[in-house]
Amino acid sequence: MFDRDKWQEIIMALKQNKLRTTLTAFGVFWGIFMLVVMLGSGKGLENGAYDGMGGFATNSVFVWAQNTTIPYKGFKKGRRYSFSNSDTKALREQVPEIKMLAPRLEARFRGNGANTNNVIRGLKTGAFNIFGDYPDFNKIDPMTIIQGRYINEDDIKYKRKVAVIGFRVKDVLFTPKENPIGQYIRIKGVYFQVIGLTRSQHNGGWAEWQEQTIDLPLTTLQQTYNYGEDVGWYAITSQPNFSATIVEEKVKNILKKRHSISLDDKEAIGSENVEKQFKKMNGLFAGISALVWIVGIGTLLAGVIGVSNIMLVIVKERTKEIGIQRAIGAAPSVIISQIITESIFLTASAGYVGLVCGVGLIELISNMLAKQAAAAPNSGGAMFTRPEVDFSVAMTALIILIVCGALAGLVPAKRAVSIKPIDALRYE
Amino acid sequence: MNNVPIITISEVNKSYEVGNNKLHVLKGLNLTINEGEMISIMGASGSGKSTLLNILGILDNYDSGAYHLNNTFIQNLSEKKAAYYRNQYIGFVFQSFNLISFKNAMENVALPLYYQKVSRRKRNAIAMEYLDKMGLKDWATHMPNELSGGQKQRIAIARAMISKPKVILADEPTGALDSKTSLEVMDIFDEINAQGITIIIVTHERDIAERTKRIIHLKDGVIEQDYYKLN
Repeated sequence: MFDRDKWQEIIMALKQNKLRTTLTAFGVFWGIFMLVVMLGSGKGLENGAYDGMGGFATNSVFVWAQNTTIPYKGFKKGRRYSFSNSDTKALREQVPEIKMLAPRLEARFRGNGANTNNVIRGLKTGAFNIFGDYPDFNKIDPMTIIQGRYINEDDIKYKRKVAVIGFRVKDVLFTPKENPIGQYIRIKGVYFQVIGLTRSQHNGGWAEWQEQTIDLPLTTLQQTYNYGEDVGWYAITSQPNFSATIVEEKVKNILKKRHSISLDDKEAIGSENVEKQFKKMNGLFAGISALVWIVGIGTLLAGVIGVSNIMLVIVKERTKEIGIQRAIGAAPSVIISQIITESIFLTASAGYVGLVCGVGLIELISNMLAKQAAAAPNSGGAMFTRPEVDFSVAMTALIILIVCGALAGLVPAKRAVSIKPIDALRYE
Repeated sequence: MNNVPIITISEVNKSYEVGNNKLHVLKGLNLTINEGEMISIMGASGSGKSTLLNILGILDNYDSGAYHLNNTFIQNLSEKKAAYYRNQYIGFVFQSFNLISFKNAMENVALPLYYQKVSRRKRNAIAMEYLDKMGLKDWATHMPNELSGGQKQRIAIARAMISKPKVILADEPTGALDSKTSLEVMDIFDEINAQGITIIIVTHERDIAERTKRIIHLKDGVIEQDYYKLN
């Protein structure tokens, strides 16, 4: 396989004009380098965005009550209403496409100092978000439970006075060495036992907000703070084979009927469809990826055309030499193989260096980001994390490169053997 | 000298298109060369001697007639076949030596064997033998640009000889050499010819032609004179 004379000739041809060879190689190097770096960066952006979602169920929908905007069944517009436990029951019964249904309610205390310093423990106080939740909620927008447990069915059933607290809550109400589990905190005059400690899976402000939250069983919250049967909003996920959009539609229609709202009233029930958002995001990243490939392949192509060009020049410069070789018995296949090997060698080696440099740069950035993230967890704004290049993508690029190299050599090789040896010999 | 023909050319015509004109270079040429002959072809420029040499060397095609080399009919061969026959039967010696500049003397001599796929070690050993015969053993690792014209031509002759050809075609082999070196090169040709290899030299130098046993004069695409020199 390793033919010393062949390689002697290749190295010779490339060495004859080092600057030219280097510049040509740089074209290919740059093409593949850019492709790798852009692919890696695109991936980093994608990872950043998806990480920000945490473990958020991508097939989820949120619906909440707003004011009606259309007069209906004798009610005037602008009417306020709220969901209730009976809605929860009705949705469970009437919409089989629902997989998880988590009613939520945020306690908004009225009166003096409404939401300031609503939680007390000993001499320490803090202002936190107080939510009533069902166990399913932690499967829709999951938080990491680092100690204890989340709310369970029995907590709901027996209306236990238990609380799951965010990490920031623990920081404020407990000393660093204290174990919060089993301890009591007082929320607006009522004692709750801490059963779980959570960390957010999101980043930035979302994480901060989530870690300042205390989750109580919804039923407990409703009874303790006089919310009756009120439900603030629903977090819903669809069954695996059903679109969240269909579920959203069904749920809204049922709720509208139950609350005497016109079916045409688009404003009465507010909603957020995460599935749609997620699809948009997927589309965005698919677009970025496509753009990266188009630009990358374009740059690469420019480099490869450069190689083809320079091979033509090399062939022209060596016309006489090729003529001599053919006169003393070199078959055309020998010459063609020689030139194509040369072209592949130039393309592949330049491309390989580009690939290594590109992957190296991506790894370097990845390491730096990882260190930064380790130094300051949840520091926020991490829209760019873990840039990476698939091994298979890198291999594909390299194979494309070799094929391109062969193609780049094809035209000059054909040119080299299309000249009759006698003309080549006369060539000066 | 035996009388086995190695080269037979009968009624060969060759013309070139020059713009709209047709230039008839060889006009029904007939020529027979026997094994072991040493002949020179002379003629003014335009007489067709280079064209004849190119056809003999399978570097160029002819329009009509017949050319037999070692009893093989040579016409419109594929490039691959042509390369094979050139490698097997013919050794070339050029006026400008035509050595490969980035190969040393030994590698240049060994090159025809490379195309025959002889192993590197074996072909280099054979090349050293031939260099030795040319008295250039000590120059084996030198590059062509470190050698004199005479040395280069001797290397070129060694390269032509290494594939044990039937015929050596020399196109103005002494054209770039001084007279003393020219005579040395002719001595080498004499030695090679003594081994039974046919040598055809194209030259316009009379004293070079005088060294061969048979002289052919070409004029306007036909043989004007063809005679044996009597010693």
